[in-house]
Amino acid sequence: MKKELQVAALENGTVIDHIPSNKLFDVVNLLHLQKMTTPVTIGYNLESQKMGCKGIIKVADKFFNPEEMSRLSVIAKNMQLIIIKNYEVVEKINVDIPDQLKGIVRCSNPKCICNNEPMSTHFHVTDKVRGIIKCHYCEKEQVLEKVQLI
Amino acid sequence: MKTRSLVTIADTSKEKIMYLLEMAHEFEKNTNRKILDGKVVATLFFEPSTRTRLSFETAANRLGARVIGFADPKITSGTKGETLKDTIMMVSNYADIICMRHYLEGAARYASEIAPIPIVNAGDGANQHPSQTLLDLYTIYQTQGTLENLNIYMVGDLKYGRTVHSLLMAMRHFNPFFHFIAPDELKMPEEYKEYCEQQGIKYKEHKEFNAEIIKDADILYMTRVQKERFTDLMEYERVKDVYILKKEMLKDTKDNMKILHPLPRVNEIAYDVDEDPKAYYFQQAKNGLYARQAIICDCLGLTIDDVKNDPTILK
Ligand SMILES: [Zn+2]
Repeated sequence: MKKELQVAALENGTVIDHIPSNKLFDVVNLLHLQKMTTPVTIGYNLESQKMGCKGIIKVADKFFNPEEMSRLSVIAKNMQLIIIKNYEVVEKINVDIPDQLKGIVRCSNPKCICNNEPMSTHFHVTDKVRGIIKCHYCEKEQVLEKVQLI
Repeated sequence: MKTRSLVTIADTSKEKIMYLLEMAHEFEKNTNRKILDGKVVATLFFEPSTRTRLSFETAANRLGARVIGFADPKITSGTKGETLKDTIMMVSNYADIICMRHYLEGAARYASEIAPIPIVNAGDGANQHPSQTLLDLYTIYQTQGTLENLNIYMVGDLKYGRTVHSLLMAMRHFNPFFHFIAPDELKMPEEYKEYCEQQGIKYKEHKEFNAEIIKDADILYMTRVQKERFTDLMEYERVKDVYILKKEMLKDTKDNMKILHPLPRVNEIAYDVDEDPKAYYFQQAKNGLYARQAIICDCLGLTIDDVKNDPTILK
């Protein structure tokens, strides 16, 4: 019942569900939601059967592109995008980590070329379950949870 | 842009490795040629490394190429704030191939993505040094007659020594048995041991370094134990004399055993070992010339047939 209420208000747009509460504001910043001109509803510390406590964001008239979705995937596992059109749920997308991350996170190796040249970063995701990524340039493996977003 | 660069040897196939070794062997048989007559080879050393640079430049010169470049980053525009990209694009206008050494990791990979000509990685920070690996493989092949099923003992700094990491990865095709001999502070990192397990490579770790431990070795690969690598200087004082190879340790070793070292050495091989026929590090360094001749020619698109049927060989 609660869930219905949370989603019902949107005519067209996207609901980002299952956001870990402590990552909610990372999501806001990552997607630049503070710069949106359409209505954005943010739910914080909501009860969740699965997660105990979660965040939820509803963004009117906004549909995320694959690049934005791969940015999202970096923040937390198991988030879900619910696409609403005409008050109806038309699609639910689980946000998965893509095989490669380009221009999304920073390499933690200060001696890596990508931290010393005006260039885009590039990582290969080597272990999606454990969240391990490997820099395409310096070849250092890094834990996704610890890397900095660009 | 798709060119035939050599950035790493870690993902090179077994067939390609054997192909490059065969080509290097041709250059060992006939080192002086004009096969690169009219070509310009650039050697860009953003970090000084006299040994590697001389080896690349000799390789190019003995094949008839002309060499341009710089040996000292202090006199280049990098210090004026020019990006690597700008330097690479500028030199690409002049040369047919770039052999580059850089203090930053991934520099050669990046250069290979932007340059319209092939890039040969002559070392990028602590990351890769594929020409060293190829000459190591060539030396092992030359001395053992095979790369298959060998007992390879790596001694010294196995933590920071990139040559041992690259060699380990390149040997995965050949069913080696590795023995890692190092002090605690410098032991083989977990990621490489995991790599061995994933690849089904057998290995054993040791802390002691003595005649008994090395008696089954086919290859004894020595590395420098450098003081600056230690966080605990007491630990350095304790181990600095433990990982030194002395002549008397060789008496029970196998007849085919050879001692390799990427050079320069500090004190990890006693000087009286040099006279022993099992000492092979100077010949190993010489093999760098043939390995680099093969790398340059392969990157420039020359084939083993071109090299075998080369009409420009100087007798
Ligand atoms: Zn990196």
